[in-house]
Amino acid sequence: MMRRTLGKLASPQLLALVGVLLINWLLFPNFFRITWQDGRFFGSLIDVLNRGAPVAILAVGMVGVIATKGVDLSVGAVMAVAGAVAATMVVAGYPAPVAVAAALLVGLLCGLWNGILVAILEIQPIIATLVLMVAGRGIAQLITEGFIVTFTDPVLIYIGTGSFFGFPMAAVIALVLMVAVTLIVRRTALGLFIEAVGVNRAAASLAGIRSRMLLLLVYSLSGLCAAIAGIIVAGDIRGADANNAGLWLELDAILAVVIGGTSLLGGRFSVPLAVVGALIIQAMNTGILVSGFPPEFNLIVKAGLIFIVLIIQSPLASRLAPPRLRPAVKGAAK
Amino acid sequence: MNRSLRPLAATALIFAIAYAIAVMQFPSMFSTRVLGNFLTDNAFLGIAAVGMTFVILSGGIDLSVGAVIGFTGVLIAVLVSWAGLHPLVAFAMAIAVAGAFGATMGLAIHYLQVPAFIVTLAGMFLARGGASVITRDSVPINHEFYAFVSDLTIRLPGGGRLSMIGLSMVAIFIIGALIAHRTKFGSYVYALGGNPVSASLMGVPVARTTVAIYALSSILAAISGIVFSLYTSAGYPLAAVGVELDAISAVVIGGTLLTGGYGFVLGTFIGVMLLGLVQTYIIFDGTLSSWWTKIVIGILLFLFIVLQRLIFVASAPGEKAARA
Repeated sequence: MMRRTLGKLASPQLLALVGVLLINWLLFPNFFRITWQDGRFFGSLIDVLNRGAPVAILAVGMVGVIATKGVDLSVGAVMAVAGAVAATMVVAGYPAPVAVAAALLVGLLCGLWNGILVAILEIQPIIATLVLMVAGRGIAQLITEGFIVTFTDPVLIYIGTGSFFGFPMAAVIALVLMVAVTLIVRRTALGLFIEAVGVNRAAASLAGIRSRMLLLLVYSLSGLCAAIAGIIVAGDIRGADANNAGLWLELDAILAVVIGGTSLLGGRFSVPLAVVGALIIQAMNTGILVSGFPPEFNLIVKAGLIFIVLIIQSPLASRLAPPRLRPAVKGAAK
Repeated sequence: MNRSLRPLAATALIFAIAYAIAVMQFPSMFSTRVLGNFLTDNAFLGIAAVGMTFVILSGGIDLSVGAVIGFTGVLIAVLVSWAGLHPLVAFAMAIAVAGAFGATMGLAIHYLQVPAFIVTLAGMFLARGGASVITRDSVPINHEFYAFVSDLTIRLPGGGRLSMIGLSMVAIFIIGALIAHRTKFGSYVYALGGNPVSASLMGVPVARTTVAIYALSSILAAISGIVFSLYTSAGYPLAAVGVELDAISAVVIGGTLLTGGYGFVLGTFIGVMLLGLVQTYIIFDGTLSSWWTKIVIGILLFLFIVLQRLIFVASAPGEKAARA
């Protein structure tokens, strides 16, 4: 057990994260300096954790979806919807816990809707979730009536910007969620079922796995995670911005999952490594910002990163690599 | 009637009904002026959607078209306004760059055997990032050629105007339909979308066709970028954000099957017009907010996907029974 844990620590993803952090340190010598001020930690490293939390939370939900050979493009729009629900309810005078619960419920329902399209109507996941990606922002704007709804509710703001034993609340939520989901999928047979459905849904169904139920569950979890991320982002800016909340974050979440070694062809997945992937993306973002490059370089660096990961995962590379590392699914791209 | 034309007929019927309802409510919508503007305002979307039709017919997806439109606009603006090149030279260079870009994506999709959406996602980041690195501001284009093209219109009876860019969209749709239905390349695209394994066994050059499809999509996105730059007389790195989603919606609403292998370029034209109708209606109404556009497009998308599903489910056993 101990050796396995150590072996996991030496994964390429963690080494990449350390590498990115070291490059940041070379570009910006104060990168690792952490100070204690007003009852919380401050520093670039803490900033990476805090800013990376929404994408990490999305990645926790996305990893299950991608493991079933699907993808959820709607998470950014669901974030906007959940933020809009929480903000408008708080402004209308509801207590914060009710507003948060309602926002989470809406996220869950959005996920369930995607799940129904994918599992019951058997629509391709990219297109099924595209519907909500297009319509979701419209719904969010309908809820906020086109305005940026600002609020002063202390509980919501605490969720977005508060600190828990000195650590940013958003990062703590992401950590708790990651641990909880990892335990649920790895301490029960659920993870195995998800992998089975991802590798071959028909075979999994024949083996007695209720694949429809499982897909509904996986997409609902993704919607729920998106709602949590949406509440955090709304709390962070103290307002719900239907146009910009979570814009393009679905792509970052997919990228985080792919960096985390989960195959887009379904099957093998890892929740903690997807979170590491999200941290790698955020560490690069922060690095580019603190070292004074224009933020537009981000996109180019991300494109390069996707390309490197794809080449590593491709059949071409696996022919050169030792057999143990070969991807289990081959030639199933179409 | 040929049963394979049914989804196309359904789309055309829905467009006709929607337009009739809109005209009943606002009689002024039935004028050459509105129809002419329909073509002009949706020209860039329509041209990009033709490329998207080919990609979806082959069973793939291209998320990079919006970014390529933005990049082309910036490249042209910089070449014309800063480097002083003639716009036509700039257009040729932009199309060449986009063709190479799309071909590279096609190569990656085929040889790395990865889903198209992640490769074109990387392409989207690259093109958007590249445009933003060239310039972060909007670059205006002041060239007599641009003024010449925007004056080049055909006057219609009733005060309407057919613009050069509207006509070029119609021309590209016709050329696209001919390529899809009358050439060897077109049948390769359909074969690939139907079943890539049997296509390659039948002797379809899968690698060459995949590269050509994505190169075509990017070239059409570049032409769309040229049209967009003629339309706005500027280049802006964040222009046309999300056009890929509109293009995919138009293709789906136009009756092309998302799993590939089935669909019509002409259907995409009706899809684009339907999206344009939604927007025009909301502008005419005046009381509806613009965010209704997104919701209505989402609902339309959903309806057509379910419709496709139902037709597919209903026709599959029937065909088998007919054969047996």
